[in-house]
Amino acid sequence: MTAVPDIEFRTVTKRYGAVTAVSGIDLAIPPSAFVALLGPSGCGKTTCLRMIGGFEQPSEGQVLIRGRDMAGTPPYRRPVNMVFQQYALFPHLDVEENISYGLRQARPRLSSREISQRAGEALSMVQLAGYGRRKIHELSGGQQQRVALARALVNKPAVLLLDEPLAALDKKLRTDMQIELQNLQREIGITFVLVTHDQEEALSMSDFVCVMNGGRVVQIGQPSEIYDEPADLFVADFVGKTNLVSGKVAGLSGDLVDVVLADGTVISARKRLPLSRGDAVSVSLRPESLSLSAPGSGALNGIVRNRIFLGSTAEYAIEVQGIGSLLAKADHVIGQGNLFRPGEPVAIGFAAGAPLAFPHAKNNGTNQREDQNVEILS
Amino acid sequence: MALSMRGSLFRKNLVTALLLAPAALWLVVFLVLPFVAIAIFSVGERAPEGGYQAALTFAQYANLPARATAFWNTMVLAPAGALACLLVAYPVAYYLALRAPQRWRLILLAMIVIPFWTSLLMRTYAWMYILGGRGIPALLAYVGIEDLRLINTPGAVLLGIVYGYLPLMILPIYVSLERLDRRLLEASADLGATPLSTFLGVTLRLSLPGVTTGFSLVMILLLGEYLIPTLLGGGKVFFIGNALVDLFLQSRNWPFGSAIAITLVLVSVVVLIVANRISTRLSGARRVDLI
Repeated sequence: MTAVPDIEFRTVTKRYGAVTAVSGIDLAIPPSAFVALLGPSGCGKTTCLRMIGGFEQPSEGQVLIRGRDMAGTPPYRRPVNMVFQQYALFPHLDVEENISYGLRQARPRLSSREISQRAGEALSMVQLAGYGRRKIHELSGGQQQRVALARALVNKPAVLLLDEPLAALDKKLRTDMQIELQNLQREIGITFVLVTHDQEEALSMSDFVCVMNGGRVVQIGQPSEIYDEPADLFVADFVGKTNLVSGKVAGLSGDLVDVVLADGTVISARKRLPLSRGDAVSVSLRPESLSLSAPGSGALNGIVRNRIFLGSTAEYAIEVQGIGSLLAKADHVIGQGNLFRPGEPVAIGFAAGAPLAFPHAKNNGTNQREDQNVEILS
Repeated sequence: MALSMRGSLFRKNLVTALLLAPAALWLVVFLVLPFVAIAIFSVGERAPEGGYQAALTFAQYANLPARATAFWNTMVLAPAGALACLLVAYPVAYYLALRAPQRWRLILLAMIVIPFWTSLLMRTYAWMYILGGRGIPALLAYVGIEDLRLINTPGAVLLGIVYGYLPLMILPIYVSLERLDRRLLEASADLGATPLSTFLGVTLRLSLPGVTTGFSLVMILLLGEYLIPTLLGGGKVFFIGNALVDLFLQSRNWPFGSAIAITLVLVSVVVLIVANRISTRLSGARRVDLI
């Protein structure tokens, strides 16, 4: 890649006393991308965002914004703006004053005409024209969210940082804002870096997802890659719903392994990490890769314990002797209403290549990847 | 059903009334009645041998300019004292709320409050000694600075005021700074504000309710201050409080003293109202009127 990355981490480590929040991350975010930092709480994603914003300094390594090392540069001199969790809007200022706050800090000073014009544009951009004189506490959560967005974007930052921006909104509003954020990003064309613990949000909004765990980057890729080809057990489990079934490697052939499950069934799975015969593995089976059919025809047999009909799909909890409960998801075609009923026996099949085998490790967080030099290639 | 509901409501009201009765009684006996008495006195006349004689005249109020100096001193030194207190208190409160390490905070706060456990009279006596002839001036005489007069000056009164009322100023400011959402400071920095403009535009601005509370609290107490001017001002710096003591106990001119007292109360009320207005206006968050 030739273009200078908007954001670059060079072996960045952040320690708080004895606790290592971020350990040795290398990361390059290309211009005009919508990138999500995804991970469970405490994985270091927010620390990474705060190091970009300048609120934390790396203990080791460098953070670069558009090729410039940011060491020693305070937040107010960085070309990035942040949408804070719960927005952090100024309660003593009205909407327009909040939005023009950043413009008023610009040196050399901007003319008051330009300030009010740009603030007005920002207000219309987030569909709040006419709300300029409102007090912050008079706005709904969704409106506050928009003000926070306008307050950051009005300064034309090189990169917009979003710290769990949708966490405080209800589900319907969240979905609307997801679409709006995507549209905004495409319109403005600057890089958005989104921190979230919500894998659905990360998958649906971003061009690239950077999955983090235990202070490290576990995998970077497009949402579909992350979902289809998880780098390890942690990603497979964290991103999307999946069934994890324990087994032992019985045979290897190229990319494929034969795994003996607890009940003696042998299934063929792809491996994503080195494995050898006899290794304990977890096999990840996505619910939608399981196909249900009449008893006797599939790889596994079970009994339907529960059914949740969701309209376009139906989810089944299926009890398999010796293995446990598996979640299966089947598309529902109108007219072909032969749903399986709770208590009915059923056979389970797997789509070819869908099962993925991972080394069975309780401690996913320290799943070491040798190639920490991950870079997003667009 | 309706009857029992009314019965329980009655009982609830009765309990409330009983709970409030001691406080209400206290207020009536020690605040309302004396206030009414003073108000009546203030439109009366001085009896020939001193005290009060019934009349209906505003002569006492017309005579207020006779104590203009006391009013002037109070009106200058009370705000000046409150301001001096504020200038000392703000950095302390700021440090305590935003900079001090968490585990030190309680200890430092305690150190500010502990002097309150000793009576103000004792502590002011101590200052009398420190500033008096055998105190600091004696020490300074050793290094050749002679004839320095500290006690019985306006400066000494101001010092006493700042010393005595500092905790009352620090605590409300500390509370408002402590409640300040730290992310607002980060947001301000993120939007390009230097530390100074963040302080002026966010920190100071949002702590103003605490500042006005502390300021009006100290100012009102200073308006009635008697002890510190007497001990450290040596009667030269004459406050309204001193004038009141003089009028009631020495010259026994109760009606005139009452007129001054009523005026003082009115001034205090005005100060409170103005401070309250400023405070709500500045904090902005809870303002209801949308003019």
